[in-house]
Amino acid sequence: MDRPLRLISSNPVDQLARAVEALLVVTSQPLSVEELAAAAADDPERIEMALGLLRERYREGRSGIVLEHVAGGWAFRASREAAEACARLVERPVQRGLSQAALETLAIVAYLGPCSRPEIARVRGVAADSAVAGLVERGLIAEAGRDAEAGGAVRYRTTPLFERVFGLASLSELPRLDDLGGDVDEIRERLASVAEQRAS
Amino acid sequence: MVVRELELDLDAFEGPFDLLLTLVLKEEVDLAEVDVAGIVVAFVERLLERDELNLDACGEFLVLIAALLELKARALFPEEEAELADLEPEEAAEELARRLAEYRRMKEAAGWLSTRLAEEGDRFFRLGPAPLAPTPERRLAPQEPESLARVLRLLAVPPPAPSVAHMGLRFPPVAQFVERFRAVLRRRRRVDFEQEVQGLSRVEQAVAFLALLELRKSGEVELDQAAPFAPIRISRTDVEGESSWIARSA
Repeated sequence: MDRPLRLISSNPVDQLARAVEALLVVTSQPLSVEELAAAAADDPERIEMALGLLRERYREGRSGIVLEHVAGGWAFRASREAAEACARLVERPVQRGLSQAALETLAIVAYLGPCSRPEIARVRGVAADSAVAGLVERGLIAEAGRDAEAGGAVRYRTTPLFERVFGLASLSELPRLDDLGGDVDEIRERLASVAEQRAS
Repeated sequence: MVVRELELDLDAFEGPFDLLLTLVLKEEVDLAEVDVAGIVVAFVERLLERDELNLDACGEFLVLIAALLELKARALFPEEEAELADLEPEEAAEELARRLAEYRRMKEAAGWLSTRLAEEGDRFFRLGPAPLAPTPERRLAPQEPESLARVLRLLAVPPPAPSVAHMGLRFPPVAQFVERFRAVLRRRRRVDFEQEVQGLSRVEQAVAFLALLELRKSGEVELDQAAPFAPIRISRTDVEGESSWIARSA
């Protein structure tokens, strides 16, 4: 009541959404609801409402900029239909793809991390030094302290960039390992059909 | 049916079985990538098509596939044979199976990541440093201009002129020492240089030595030293030269 001018805005969340929009434009990494709330000096529930508003405004097919929940926060990215134009101007975060060794190392760090080079080598059966170095250089994994045991080897974890590149809101979005392995089922089925035909 | 001609269609390899074996032995195909289970299934399916049980072929296949499995196990755990050797065979087999399963899961996870990367490769977003928290302005403690002026005033005082008194060396004239040596040599035939210059300053000793060299040059004295740094002995030459001393010194 002491600030009657506020009444001019028909929807106060709309005003907050404009602030959130601005915050997301000026930063290059995903911002969490808490960070947005602190910066906008508003409470998290209303930030969530504002984000809901923005998400509708910035979605695929409606805008060239898309708001997405990624790497534990909210961030803008280019829409899919603009990807080709973007590719002509800038490099993809992982331009040249990843080798099989790099993919396996990345999978181990993502699922078992933080883990050290000896641990990665143990799972893969071969030394992981160059694969680890390559992933660190690409910014997909980073050092995360040292192992308390095993001679204090440096441990690695995946970075927020990893989650952004793979489009994951968090590491918990990785599929459960038990869900993978469709080829095991396929082999089982093929063997079962052979056994069936033989029995008949 | 010939086992070696068994046609395979695997992810890592496509062709007859014996070519695969050759490539594996030449290390041109990474055995870790070869799906042994796929070979077994292909063989079993082929067996079904023939509808006859060829025991020779089965035996040959078993031997080959066992060799392949052993090679693959060794390739996957190259440095851990010693560790596994300590275990009982059953335990070692279990441990191998556990590690193979773990590796297989990671390989599948890698496969998922690969597919995902292909699907999500068109994600473009802004990268780069974004300084989130602006660094607060550093506040200086309150300053007193008077104390600064005081210190500057101290610096403005001209420093005292340096003294060069110690640099002025006084050399007694060489001639003085020439005369002195002559006087001594008139009384005695042989003189020890060290004794003569004893108690003189360093500079005076040096000038005395110069005087000695002058006398030697004019042939008035002979110098003699047994060894480097040994005492210098001065001896008078013949009396007949005495007139020339006076003439020279004049």
